[in-house]
Amino acid sequence: MVKEAPKIASHLRPILESVPDPEIPVLTILDLGMIREAKEIDGEVYIKLTPTYSGCPATDVIGDDIRTAFEKENMKAHVELVLTPPWTTNWISEEGKIKMRDYGIAPPLSESADKLALLEGEKVVPCTLCGSTNTHMVSQFGSTPCKALFKCEDCYEPFDYFKCLI
Amino acid sequence: MNNQALYNYILGVTDNSLILAQRLGELCGHGPSLETDIAITNISLDLLGQCRSYYQYAAKIKGGDTTEDSIAMLRTEREYVNVLLVEQPNEHFGFVIARQFLFDVFHLLQMQELQNSKDETLASIAAKNIKETLYHRRFSSDWVKRLGDGTEQSHAKMQEAIDALWRYTNELFEITEDDQKMIDAGIGVDVSKFKETYYKQVAEVLEEATLKVPENKYFQTGGKKGIHTEHLGYLLTDLQYMQRTYPNMKW
Ligand SMILES: [Zn+2]
Repeated sequence: MVKEAPKIASHLRPILESVPDPEIPVLTILDLGMIREAKEIDGEVYIKLTPTYSGCPATDVIGDDIRTAFEKENMKAHVELVLTPPWTTNWISEEGKIKMRDYGIAPPLSESADKLALLEGEKVVPCTLCGSTNTHMVSQFGSTPCKALFKCEDCYEPFDYFKCLI
Repeated sequence: MNNQALYNYILGVTDNSLILAQRLGELCGHGPSLETDIAITNISLDLLGQCRSYYQYAAKIKGGDTTEDSIAMLRTEREYVNVLLVEQPNEHFGFVIARQFLFDVFHLLQMQELQNSKDETLASIAAKNIKETLYHRRFSSDWVKRLGDGTEQSHAKMQEAIDALWRYTNELFEITEDDQKMIDAGIGVDVSKFKETYYKQVAEVLEEATLKVPENKYFQTGGKKGIHTEHLGYLLTDLQYMQRTYPNMKW
């Protein structure tokens, strides 16, 4: 497991915190752990951004959103896409996971629980509406590749589960 | 460093994903159920996303006015070097799953090797791809088992598809001159190394699906040399339509 803390200059943090994920707008790109580095050199900002999924169409939008957010502060931002080390759901902050659940998406479980849920069909993913783990997977792919579709058998709520990516 | 060989090698790796992504994209709104429709288009999107990283890199190597878009959209049919397997039409759902499964098993093994490439860019793209490809392989294997070990009809259709597509599997292991140059340089993957593993892994799933491993030893090849089946031309007309009609258009 790669556990490298991102290097983010503290004065740039509030600006990055204002950039939401276009797909899950309650989360910021910091919550998702997509910013690996942010620094200022001679009045210009250099950002290293890592995509969550290769095919995520949001990545281009996020790059634009970051540049726009800094422009508003009269700063020029250079966004570089980095693939190594590859993004993992371990980089989603605890706060981000809570926001995700409140938004109606079950946050990723631990790697072992995730395997049980997706491969063995074990009832371990808690329903985002009632909290029951009496749930089952309807489809391995949900509304986007990063999510699987689940259904609660107690309250019948259909919900997305954010798959574990290690 | 032989740049032309590296460029060709990258296309050899990623044209497969581009063409398969396009085939899967055709099913958008036409999947047999909402869940499979969404899954298939998601896999398509993953593959397309993976292509972008490779083509961006290839464009950098080629230089000039080459871009990821011009590589993906503006080559002629003979310049695409994908294997024949991925260009085969969707036919029925059994074909979609069989094609996906036969490709995913190969693709995962290929990426697992490519992540050790001496070329850092290729290694990092491959490492990223592995995580996604694991999900694809799981999806297609599950469906091979569900349909193979399902009803009499689903079993027959799944077997029909595996039998029909089997002749394209051997080409996955063909090594072109440029591939060999890249293998020698420690950049490319020597696919012959995992050929046996591939057929073993495929057989394991087929067996679990109560399907027969085809015995035919006649294999068709040509895609890697740019000699394609008649299906690719039609696929490319769809794929290239926008860029040819409205050159340089952007979203
Ligand atoms: Zn519930």
